[in-house]
Amino acid sequence: MGIRTLVAMLVVSLAVIAVLATQATYRLFLPGLLQGAVLTMEIAILGSLLAVIMGVLAALARMYGPAPLRWLATVYVEIFRGTSALVQLFWLFFVLPQFGVTLDAFLVAVLALGLNVGAYGSECVRGAIQSVARGQWEAGTALNMSRAQMLRRIILPQAFIAMIPPWGNLFIELLKSTALVSLITLSDLAFKAQQMNQNTFKTIPIFTLVLLMYLAMSLTVSIGMRLLEKRASLGLARGKAA
Amino acid sequence: MIWDWSFALEILPVLARAAVISIEATLLGFAIAASLGLVLAVIRIAVPWTGWTISVLVELIRSTPLLIQIFFLYFVFPKFGLVLDAFTAGVMAIGIHYAAYCSEVYRAGFDNIHRGQWEASIALNLSSWTTFRDIVIPQAIPPIVPALGNYLVALFKETPLLSAIAVLELMQTAKIIGSETFRYTEPITLVGLFFLAMSLVSAALIRALERLLNRRNTR
Repeated sequence: MGIRTLVAMLVVSLAVIAVLATQATYRLFLPGLLQGAVLTMEIAILGSLLAVIMGVLAALARMYGPAPLRWLATVYVEIFRGTSALVQLFWLFFVLPQFGVTLDAFLVAVLALGLNVGAYGSECVRGAIQSVARGQWEAGTALNMSRAQMLRRIILPQAFIAMIPPWGNLFIELLKSTALVSLITLSDLAFKAQQMNQNTFKTIPIFTLVLLMYLAMSLTVSIGMRLLEKRASLGLARGKAA
Repeated sequence: MIWDWSFALEILPVLARAAVISIEATLLGFAIAASLGLVLAVIRIAVPWTGWTISVLVELIRSTPLLIQIFFLYFVFPKFGLVLDAFTAGVMAIGIHYAAYCSEVYRAGFDNIHRGQWEASIALNLSSWTTFRDIVIPQAIPPIVPALGNYLVALFKETPLLSAIAVLELMQTAKIIGSETFRYTEPITLVGLFFLAMSLVSAALIRALERLLNRRNTR
């Protein structure tokens, strides 16, 4: 989908929220939902940050690390990709305290979502690094660069561009997964929606607003990533292959 | 005592029964996703002006959380006098959500078929239905199958969300065991291990299937 269509959808969804907000039933719910949306955004941003760090570390460890580190990274990726995000969230929230580690719900949310998405992200980092032509490594060798130098100066900058679109998808996955944190008692957007629904039974206005708000957030991420991709690939003739 | 083996063994049969519900939800949800996705993809090819509408619809479904969609279906239907039980509403929500993803898979598969193939069948005076059935589908299927398989696994991993509307699948059962016995370690860990095992096995199966389809298709 083109960036223009995405911008148009974002404008339309914001306009619909604005129009709905002029109606008394909808206006009643907007402030509370916005409060929840702020928490959702906080978790999404911190979780994304952790996901990127974990994704890059795990990919590098699996590709270039010594054997024990490689195994550790593989176990991490397989466990977090193989089980459900909700199971991971519950495990950290209910089981970890039994081992004497009690984290508050916000920290659990950021950890679980960040580690979960980071595991998927490590695969796309790995794919992007592998997509850089072999000749680039050979050229680095010819210039007598060390492996770390080649990686830092030649390979990663090029891999970075190839990584942007899949990371964009993962950030949206993470944003959507934040709805799960409502189930470990954090009062995010999904939690507020459920709470208001139980109190008022105004199901349709509440959930319509919530869906529109998530939509607006997802579209913002999509548009941001498209712009980043455009900027990052300036001056690089990579074509549209991704 | 952090891990109690006898307790783990005791709850295993209960969790096994719940696993059946999780698997049922997966298969039913996937049946909806795969068939509805195919319908969307075919409408898009057959009726030209629907392309834009369907992309926007797919984008809308993919951009909002599945959990909210489950709540939406579960709570909104009764407002229209249609009371669905939690299992049906949940499975429908999962199915519709993944139909959006599946329709993109089909679309990519059909787009891969060279235009010349359609032109050749026009030259042979084949109807578009015959072309679709005998020429397009057989070529489009091999790349589609592994991608759909990946979504089947992804869908399976979303079934714990059904616990949010109290469907007695694995996660909900584990939570109930936990709240009755105050022991969360064994039930939740066992659920995690179960998902891990299923994911690893199905990933291996998908890889094997991919190899099989590729071998048959190399010309």
